[in-house]
Amino acid sequence: MALAVFVLIGLIGYELAKGARASMHQFGWHFLVSTDWDPVNDVYGALPYIFGTLVSSILALIIAVPISVGTAVYLTELAPHWLRQPLIMFIELLAAIPSVILGFWGFFVMVPWLHKYLAPSLEKTLGFLPFFKGHNYGPCMLAAGVILAIMIVPIITSVSREILRSVPGLQREAAYALGATRWEVTRIAVLSYAKKGIFGAIILGLGRALGETMAVTMVIGNSPYIGSSLFKPAQTLASIIANEFNEAPPVGLYVSALFELGLVLLGVTVLVNIFAQLLLKTFAGPSVKPQP
Amino acid sequence: MQSTPAHSFLSAAPALTVRKLSIYFGQNKVLKEVSIDVSAKAVTAIIGPSGCGKSTFLRALNRMHELTPEARMDGEIRLFGEDIYARHVEPVIVRRRVGMVFQKSNPFPTMSIAENVTVGLRLNGLRDRKLLAERTEESLQMAALWNEVKDRLNAPAISLSGGQQQRLCIARALAVRPEVLLMDEPASALDPLATQKIEDLIIDLKKDYTIVIVTHNMQQAARISDFTAFFYLGNLVEFGQTAKIFTNPANKQTEDYVTGRFG
Repeated sequence: MALAVFVLIGLIGYELAKGARASMHQFGWHFLVSTDWDPVNDVYGALPYIFGTLVSSILALIIAVPISVGTAVYLTELAPHWLRQPLIMFIELLAAIPSVILGFWGFFVMVPWLHKYLAPSLEKTLGFLPFFKGHNYGPCMLAAGVILAIMIVPIITSVSREILRSVPGLQREAAYALGATRWEVTRIAVLSYAKKGIFGAIILGLGRALGETMAVTMVIGNSPYIGSSLFKPAQTLASIIANEFNEAPPVGLYVSALFELGLVLLGVTVLVNIFAQLLLKTFAGPSVKPQP
Repeated sequence: MQSTPAHSFLSAAPALTVRKLSIYFGQNKVLKEVSIDVSAKAVTAIIGPSGCGKSTFLRALNRMHELTPEARMDGEIRLFGEDIYARHVEPVIVRRRVGMVFQKSNPFPTMSIAENVTVGLRLNGLRDRKLLAERTEESLQMAALWNEVKDRLNAPAISLSGGQQQRLCIARALAVRPEVLLMDEPASALDPLATQKIEDLIIDLKKDYTIVIVTHNMQQAARISDFTAFFYLGNLVEFGQTAKIFTNPANKQTEDYVTGRFG
């Protein structure tokens, strides 16, 4: 089974590499660090898109992780029983919304709201930080981060919930018997037991965020950008492929460069996952693995 | 309180006085009007067949049964005279005064040996490293584990053997210096050698602690306890000095049980 996955990833990588051969030959490693993207002069580079992908995903994690883990803890440890099932259903429903619909909502509801209320108040209060400098004109990196966060909350929440549920009751009792309060039980017996698994849940969410295309494309503004401000439009690997695949002639350097972006996206995703696995190994503690 | 009831034969003040304790799970009455005096600095064993309510009884003594959503109780339990179910008494405080060791050892796997011992103290807000180290040694000494782990206090708790883990759990419970120690079949998952160690430890501990132990093993009850209570179908059938319960029980059911005719 695991082998089949490797073979599949290998084959996809091979196909992408085949398509990207012309671009790889032309630009070499320089492709990864170049900021040019000029179809007229046929010069291409991936850096702004790698940047956009990483930053929007990390932003999504920063927003989604506290919400998801908090919700999962609330659902397993604190919520009254009658509330649990409806809440779980609501969260799972969130996962069922097609990403293009979420993108619609993002573009017509969230982005204007962000532009009108959130961005000005962030600028006013936290404007001294480089992230909230500059003026916002609507679609931007922040919007992409928020929409991605909404998309990965369900998966991180439900996997974390499973992990927390798998913490043995005996662990909780051990803490209760020492005179721990409910919150202390959650902290010393539940969360520390489950942290490895929750980390895995977060990585699952990150994997989803890195590759998410449609909703992001609709709210990020689609203009290559490298910089600190989250109010500026940006672009991700996935969104530029989705945007320009139709425009590129079926042969030539342009389409080949898009193929290479796909290869880079695959590479980034695989690397992030490997990195996460290595990090996971350094964590002490029992392995309660996520079982999605 | 009424005149000295028949179930009290202690001269000194009891550590725990239980009066007409009934516990319900939903519609199910699993413990029926149990009254017992648990004497201080002695081992009281609770015996009886599975499902007789002995664990439920034990868990009522530190309000652990309250964690079961549909559990309900009637009656009164006093710890050195103080009603532990009084409205102003927090279960958290009761559990600090009445420690507990479980059937299966349950050290915190992400913590080291030393951290496991001090976790209760740290919950109480103790931060002084020197004091924590002192209490770690003291508790591990009392749990007869110090010599085996003193060179690797920072090793993960789960690197210990099953018997050692259980003694670590005892050390963890002792570190907060509880007034009473409850043990729910603490040796039932251990091999004979490890069981022996736990039993020696219990006999040793009763110099300083009041111990209530639930056990399936009648030889164990006979070996280590001073008083024995026999529960059957939620009733306290007989309670008395261990020697009497095992050699000359007043009740036919008790006799049948301790002689191994049922259970």
